[in-house]
Amino acid sequence: MDSFLTPIEIEALALSLRVSFWAMVWSLPAGVAVAWLLARAEFPGRTLVDVVIHLPLVLPPVVVGYLLLLLLGTQGPLGALLQDWFGVTVAFTWKGAAVAAAVMAFPLMVRAIRLSFEAVDRRLEAAARTLGAGPVTVFATITLPLILPGILTGLVLGFARALGEFGATITFVSNIPGETRTLPVALYSLTQTPGAEGAALRIMIISVVLAFAALAGSEFLARRIRARSGAAL
Amino acid sequence: MIRIDVEKTFPAIRIEARFEADTRGVVALFGRSGTGKTSLVNMLAGLLRPDRGRIEIDGRVLFDSASGIDLPPEKRRLGYVFQESRLFPHMSVRGNLEYGMRRAPRAERRIALDEALDVLGIGHLLHRRPRELSGGERQRVALGRALLASPRLLLMDEPLASLDGARKAEILPFIARLRDAFAMPVVYVTHAMDEIVQLADTLVLMDEGRVAAIGPVEDLTSRLDLRPLTGRYEAGSVIATTVAGHEDEYGLTRLAFPGGELRVPHVDAEIGAAVRVRIRARDVSLAVGQVGRVSELNVIPGTVAEIAAPAEGQRQTDVDIRLDIGVPLWVRIARRSLAELGLAPGVAVSAMIKGTSIDRLSLSRRKLDERTPMGDEEAPTGRLP
Repeated sequence: MDSFLTPIEIEALALSLRVSFWAMVWSLPAGVAVAWLLARAEFPGRTLVDVVIHLPLVLPPVVVGYLLLLLLGTQGPLGALLQDWFGVTVAFTWKGAAVAAAVMAFPLMVRAIRLSFEAVDRRLEAAARTLGAGPVTVFATITLPLILPGILTGLVLGFARALGEFGATITFVSNIPGETRTLPVALYSLTQTPGAEGAALRIMIISVVLAFAALAGSEFLARRIRARSGAAL
Repeated sequence: MIRIDVEKTFPAIRIEARFEADTRGVVALFGRSGTGKTSLVNMLAGLLRPDRGRIEIDGRVLFDSASGIDLPPEKRRLGYVFQESRLFPHMSVRGNLEYGMRRAPRAERRIALDEALDVLGIGHLLHRRPRELSGGERQRVALGRALLASPRLLLMDEPLASLDGARKAEILPFIARLRDAFAMPVVYVTHAMDEIVQLADTLVLMDEGRVAAIGPVEDLTSRLDLRPLTGRYEAGSVIATTVAGHEDEYGLTRLAFPGGELRVPHVDAEIGAAVRVRIRARDVSLAVGQVGRVSELNVIPGTVAEIAAPAEGQRQTDVDIRLDIGVPLWVRIARRSLAELGLAPGVAVSAMIKGTSIDRLSLSRRKLDERTPMGDEEAPTGRLP
């Protein structure tokens, strides 16, 4: 069956989904941890962490991409470590695109999860303690289920941001078909190609449909979680 | 035995509380809002850390700043029923009830789920979510949840304060049943004296972060010097009695107390059961000399023990008198009557009390041998002339 989409479009779409998916998978635990730190912990340098986390929101994406290139490029300090210890190359690979997407999406994800941490009624946690649950159990059985809607919101925001990532991606991992040419990068390439207006339009429509689907899916999930948990989020 | 001796300074108040109380029965912490009752209970539970001091329950040290002991809440094994039920919204009623039960050490589980469901009347709610419950149901589930963790002691912080009058009346008997059916020691915080009279055995009066007085409820509520602290409740006397017999023909019950017997409308309790009654001072009238035939069910001889100086702000038309009828009995009469009857300490009088005006409060089924129902025998008799 011939699909609606050309092989090139499928390639870009699949790559975008893969990059965004892994960006979310790898940044979620860190996102929850950082959100918890910012919402609950008092430690020196808290403001600094807060600022650093939010930098990608305010810096031009190109700057972030260039920073990543300096740090994680094959010559960069972290890039060399990754290469030596794990044999992983991120520069100019789809993994690098995922890293760029994760970094850019991180502040949005942390913000959503942090807000839901702050909305948790800590008196419920105290009640659980008096019922014999230690701090770790309380986190797993009370806190985590209650912030689930917030985690989902963070994931959706992050995923959408990752799908749309362009500036940091093209700076850090360039524009390699099948490797780092995600939907926005592909769209950009097509707009630079004479006579490819139709193809560009098609990519744009794919992007819009994808965004709609992600939002609708998350809304559906959020309702189910809310209905089940009775959480006021 | 609860032994507590703690200090903690807040910006608004300094708590410096020390008392010892028997853990059999209900210990009530009573005082105005902001006198540190809740803070004290939170320190017992391990949710609030005292600056200094020591907390011991039945020989087990929960906190001791001198030796650096500070058990976390989950190790203290004290149940806690909060003012707001604090049910977990993401779990069913069953999930809430089993939360503490599953975490109690197997050897220490002494309360079965079915039993608790039965006593609290919440069996039909098991599959509901907390937000689908009424306020009263929620609080009953919260009681059950704390109870099923098989705690060594149950802390209750104004568990009825967020409920309206009807809901309160719905829950109070459950708390009494829980106390009796499971022999669960309870520390009960409240600023409602009627709850204390119905539930408590020992009363701890708190004032400005300190323990102002501690003793049997019957004693403290009849002490004049504590009126400024207890007096928000209408003046009256609390008397511990036991069921002496029933007069089924007239629908009455006879209640024995150290000075004789009281006749009250039928009390559904077996003979020998302890019943606490409360008699409002204004519901008692006095007669001097031979009393003719009167309609009052109770005519009890006594002597005037003390005539109270009118409290500040009190209407000057009335005066409170403490009689000795075997136990202290407060009477409020007009000052004019005081003068006309020539009442003075030592004068013999008859107290007349309508049976229907007597509140029968604590329908405890505890037997005589489990505690001393004649709480007033412990009262220092030196205060009586």
